Amino acid sequence: MATVIIPTPLRKFTNNTAKLDVKAENIQQTVNELTLNFPDLKKHLLDEQGQIRSFVNIFVGNDDIRDLQQERTEVRTDTVISIIPAIAGGYA
Amino acid sequence: MSNNNPVTFSKEELARYSRHIIIPDFGLEAQQKLKAAKVLIVGSGGLGSPSLLYLAAAGVGTIGIVDFDVVDDSNLQRQVLFGVEAIGKPKVLEAKKRLEALNPHINIILHNTQLTSQNALDILKDYDVVADGTDNFPTRYLVNDAAVLLGKPNIYASIFQFEGQVSVFNYRNAKGEPGPNYRDLYPTPPPPGLVPSCAEGGVLGVLPGIIGSLQALETIKVITGVGETLSGRFYIFDALNFESRTFNISRRKDNPLNGENPTITKLIDYEQFCGMKAVEKPVKEITPEELYNWQVKGEAYQLIDVREQSEYDIVNIGAELIPLATVSANAERISRDVKVVVHCKMGGRSAKAIRELEEKFGFENLYNLKGGILGWIDAVQPELTKY
Repeated sequence: MATVIIPTPLRKFTNNTAKLDVKAENIQQTVNELTLNFPDLKKHLLDEQGQIRSFVNIFVGNDDIRDLQQERTEVRTDTVISIIPAIAGGYA
Repeated sequence: MSNNNPVTFSKEELARYSRHIIIPDFGLEAQQKLKAAKVLIVGSGGLGSPSLLYLAAAGVGTIGIVDFDVVDDSNLQRQVLFGVEAIGKPKVLEAKKRLEALNPHINIILHNTQLTSQNALDILKDYDVVADGTDNFPTRYLVNDAAVLLGKPNIYASIFQFEGQVSVFNYRNAKGEPGPNYRDLYPTPPPPGLVPSCAEGGVLGVLPGIIGSLQALETIKVITGVGETLSGRFYIFDALNFESRTFNISRRKDNPLNGENPTITKLIDYEQFCGMKAVEKPVKEITPEELYNWQVKGEAYQLIDVREQSEYDIVNIGAELIPLATVSANAERISRDVKVVVHCKMGGRSAKAIRELEEKFGFENLYNLKGGILGWIDAVQPELTKY
């Protein structure tokens, strides 16, 4: 099972779970499984067309899926998947 | 930098920087580069506090600070540049005082203003490096775009609650090729309201201390050329689980600033870009001065206040109170025969009330009091209580 690391801003949609195991062969299946199990995550990960939002980055291991095969990027049982949304704090 | 570097140090400076100079891979040459460098810090808040303290202590010769805010007591939980005596005073002035006390050998330049599309290029152009410690997406994209258009490296750091991010954007390597920038990492910002700000979502006070220090570290590396910068890499720190990860990032061909077909060649309206002006229909406005003239002339009008009872009790200007949440239910109380001026504290809620009444009931005689009751107090009745 691959492991998905959920960033702190999105943990409120995953019952405060930081790491989730998914049975998936690629990123598309990973996202499908996550949004099926945690429907509130959907609007944060996907736009109205079902595409991964452009302010949410997904990394497989150390690499951005945009530099791999996007949603078709393969996932193995030992893969660590990181979801990193844009955050803008620092001043306030 | 060449061997005939003209930068020299006084005896006091040499003593101060001796712990740098004796590091074999740093030495006098790196210290000279620091002294010759001009760094602009955008925002002297949570991230700016530690990065300014360390960069000043380290001997960066010229440090510019952009900030328009004053110190508030809610800042002191994390903005370690400021003490209790600074509350209510302009941040840039307090920062300068503290940094000059820390290191009298450096030059601090103040920009007591908000960074905007109009002034950003002019402010940034005199600096070698920019470090972004702001708290909102429009300014993040503004700093990024200005840095890319001017060819300056942008040391990026951002925090939220327990999570921090650091990278070095637009850094030219030895071959002169620029590294990725913010638009390569995040092509577009989240729509307003989807991601809360630190003011709404909170931040653990020590987190900007950690992340702002990393920002200072990368700034020093970019200036001196010592070590490997985070250019092309993206560092994440999760304070809650104490985990850090570093990802690889790269340039995108469709980057509108410096991709294959650039479409952004000058600074744009960043609030609009971030969706903050979307779908908001403009409403008719009246200034406090115009309203005062109506009063003087005895013109017929109705004045509605859409604030809450508790605010009305603090100060009011004799309007009929219909709180925003109840305007639709009270639409029949609003005149269709005379002009109606709607006000709140600053003008935001009254604009919402006007839009709601226009859309649902077809009103055409509603005017928003510009600046709300605070604007009125400033312009017409300064003796009233402001809150």
